[in-house]
Amino acid sequence: METLLKVKDYKVYYQTLKGHVKAIDGVDFFVRSREVLGIAGESGCGKSTLSNSLINIKAPMIYEGGEVYFDGVDITKLDVNKMRTLRYTKMSIIPQYAMDAMSPTKKIKRIIFDLVREHDRKIAEEEIISIARGRFKEVGLVEYVLNKYPVELSGGMKQRVVMVISTLMNPKLLIADEITSALDVSSQKFTIEMLEEFMDKGYVDSVIFITHDLSVLYQIADRIMIMYAGNVAEIGTTEEIIKSPLHPYTKMLVESLPKMDVQYKKKKLKGIPGHPPNLLNYPSEGCRFYERCPVKINPQKCKLQKPPLFEVKPGRYVACWAYAEGEKGE
Amino acid sequence: MNEVLLKVENLSKIYRSGIAAGGVTTAVDNANFEIKPAEIVALVGESGSGKTTLGKLILRLIKPSLGKIIYNGIDISKLKGRRLVEYYRHVQGVFQDPFSSFNPIFKVDRVFDLIFDSYLKEMKQKKRELIANALEKVMLNPDDVFGKYPHQMSGGQLQRILIARTLLLDTKLLIADEIISMLDASVRVDVLNTLGKLKDENKISVIFVTHDLSLGYYISDTTMIMYKGNIVEMGDTEKVYSNPLHPYTRMLLSVVPTVDRKWEKKKEEELFSLFESGKRRIWNGCPYYDRCPLAMEVCQKKPSLLEIESGHKVACYAAIQSKGSKAEKTFSSENEK
Ligand SMILES: Nc1ncnc2c1ncn2[C@@H]1O[C@H](COP(=O)(O)OP(=O)(O)OP(=O)(O)O)[C@@H](O)[C@H]1O
Ligand SMILES: Nc1ncnc2c1ncn2[C@@H]1O[C@H](COP(=O)(O)OP(=O)(O)OP(=O)(O)O)[C@@H](O)[C@H]1O
Ligand code: SF4
Ligand SMILES: [Mg+2]
Ligand SMILES: [Mg+2]
Repeated sequence: METLLKVKDYKVYYQTLKGHVKAIDGVDFFVRSREVLGIAGESGCGKSTLSNSLINIKAPMIYEGGEVYFDGVDITKLDVNKMRTLRYTKMSIIPQYAMDAMSPTKKIKRIIFDLVREHDRKIAEEEIISIARGRFKEVGLVEYVLNKYPVELSGGMKQRVVMVISTLMNPKLLIADEITSALDVSSQKFTIEMLEEFMDKGYVDSVIFITHDLSVLYQIADRIMIMYAGNVAEIGTTEEIIKSPLHPYTKMLVESLPKMDVQYKKKKLKGIPGHPPNLLNYPSEGCRFYERCPVKINPQKCKLQKPPLFEVKPGRYVACWAYAEGEKGE
Repeated sequence: MNEVLLKVENLSKIYRSGIAAGGVTTAVDNANFEIKPAEIVALVGESGSGKTTLGKLILRLIKPSLGKIIYNGIDISKLKGRRLVEYYRHVQGVFQDPFSSFNPIFKVDRVFDLIFDSYLKEMKQKKRELIANALEKVMLNPDDVFGKYPHQMSGGQLQRILIARTLLLDTKLLIADEIISMLDASVRVDVLNTLGKLKDENKISVIFVTHDLSLGYYISDTTMIMYKGNIVEMGDTEKVYSNPLHPYTRMLLSVVPTVDRKWEKKKEEELFSLFESGKRRIWNGCPYYDRCPLAMEVCQKKPSLLEIESGHKVACYAAIQSKGSKAEKTFSSENEK
C-alpha cells in the first residue's frame, strides 16, 4: 500500500522564557493512502502540537529536526509560498476547538469564501458556494445554513459545517483534532459516519484522527498510534492496540477503560498512578514513562536511554526496552 | 430498606429568557424521584437536557418554578437559619472544570481555607489533621498534596481534592456534575472509584451527572435518563442497561462507543432520524416525538412515567405496549448469565 505521509525523527518544541517545552521529541510514523490513522494519548502528550505543526509551524513553536514526507516531498524544506498552496488544498486540518473558533461576525458563507480564497486565488465565488451547497445537502444541512452565523447553529451542526469546509478542496490528508470530544454520543456517531462517507466518495484520501478517547478510535481507525509525553509509545492495527497492547502504558490505559460488563460493585477498574512529566527542559534521554512504569524492565537503561521504536513484527512498533532483542519480552 | 434521603416532587424549572419556543424553556419538567442513603444515581442525557438545572435546584442555587424537594422529610424551601446551613453542609456540589477552582499562583491546600473560615471556625487548630483525613478518604496521600501548586497535580487529583473538601462538611449527598468529562481515562477511574468508596464506607449518596453511559454503568446503582427536561426512563442500572425501554435510551446505548463492540453501520436515512427530522415538536406531547422512529398518534399527548417491571419506569407508549419484550439486549450483565 502507498504511503501518503512519512514522519521521521520529528521534533517540535515550544520556545518559552524558561526554556524549551519538548512537546514532540523524535516521533516516527507513517500514514497510508486511504486509511484512518488514530492518534491517542493523554492530555498534553503532544497530539495537537504534532497536528498543528504538520500544517503550519508558527511561534512559539520551533522546528527542531526530522523529516516530513508528504507525497514524497519533505515539507519541512518547502518555502512559505509552496506550503501555503499545499495547506488546506492538499493537507487540511480541523484544529481542536475549531467549532468554537469560527468568526462570530461572519456568516458561514463568508467564512467558507475567505478560507478558500486564502489558498486558491483563482477560484470563483459562485463555484465555491455551489460546491459547499452540494456538500451541505449530503450531510443533511439545509441550504440556509450558509446564511447563518455560527452562534445560530447547534454543536452537532457546527461540527458538520466545519467538516464540510475543511474538505471542500478534496484534500489528500485530513487531520481531525478532537472533533468528537465536545459532542453528544449521537452526534459523535454521525460525525464519524460522515467522515467515512467522505472517504468513500473520495473527498478525502487519508485521515489522521486525533482523540483522547480510545473507544471512539476503536470505531473508526484502521491503525492506532499511542503517544506518551511527546513520544510514540506504540503503533499497531486497531485490533492489536485494543486487544493485545504491548507497551506498559497502553496496557494500563486499555485496562482503565469502562467496559460493557464491568461494574464497580463487581470488579474495579484501575487508573494509572502518577501523572505525565512536565516537558519543560525535559531530558530527551530515557523512557518518558519511566516514573510511572510498573515494569521498568532494565531500570538503568529505561532511565537513561530513550527506547527506540522496535518493529516487533511487520507494521507493529513499540518503544519499550522490554521488546529489545535479548530482553525478556512479554 | 425504605429510607429516603431526598425526594423530588413534581419539580419544574421554567426559564422565560430562552430564545426557543416563544422565550420559554422548561429546563426541568415535572420530575419525580427519590434518593436513598448510600445510593449512586447516574443522571444521563445529552447537552441541554436539564441535568445541571436539576442539580442546581437540589443544591438550592436556584428556585423551582413548581414542585418541591424534600430532604429528610422537610421541604428545603422552608429551611432557615441553622437548618439551612446544615442543609448546605449535607448537600454539596462538585463541577466539571477542576482547574477553575484553583488559583494557579496559590498552593492547592488553599481551597480548604474558605471552608474553615465560614463553616469550621471552631475546628481551625485541627485543620491540617482534618484535611489529611479527608484526603485519605479520596485516596490521596496528604504529603502529595500539601504545599503543591495546581500545575503539579493531574486533573483527577485536583477533582479528588475538591471532593475531599466537601467531605469536611459531613456530606450526605454529593451532586457530581460532569466531574470527569475533562479528565483523561487514566485518571477518570480513580475519581469514580473514589465515589464508590465514599458510598460504601461513608454511606454518601451521589447524583452522578454524565453524558457518558459507559461511565454511568460502571459506577451507578440507579440510572435516570433525561431528555429535554423530562425523565424518560429510570430504574436499577442493571435493568435499564440490559432491558432499555425508551427509544431514546435504546438509541443512546446503540451509539455509545466502547472498546468491546463496533458500531453497526446504519443507513443514512436511519441516522438522520436518530436526531433530527421534519416532524415538529408537539407542545405538551412526548418530548421525543419529533425524533422518535416509533411515534404514534397517542404520542401527541405526553406519556407519564410508569413502572413496567419492579424498579424500572419508562415514559413511552410504545414501550408500555410492548412491555419491553422486543428491546434489544445491549449491555450484558453477569447476573443474567
Ligand atoms: N504555546 C505553548 N507554549 C508552551 N508550551 C505549550 C504551548 N502549547 C502547548 N504546550 C505544551 O506542549 C505540550 C503538548 O501540548 P498539546 O496541546 O500538543 O497536547 P495534546 O496532546 O493536544 O493535549 P489535549 O489532549 O489536552 O488537547 C503540553 O505539555 C503543553 O503544555
Ligand atoms: N439561566 C438560564 N436561563 C435560560 N435558560 C437556561 C438557563 N440555564 C439553563 N437554561 C436552559 O435550560 C436547558 C437545560 O440546561 P442545563 O444546563 O440544565 O442542561 P444540561 O443537561 O446540564 O446540559 P449540558 O450537558 O450541556 O451541561 C437548556 O435548554 C438551557 O439552555
Ligand atoms: S522502556 Fe522501561 S520504563 Fe519505559 S515502558 Fe518499557 S519497561 Fe517501562
Ligand atoms: Mg490537543
Ligand atoms: Mg450541564
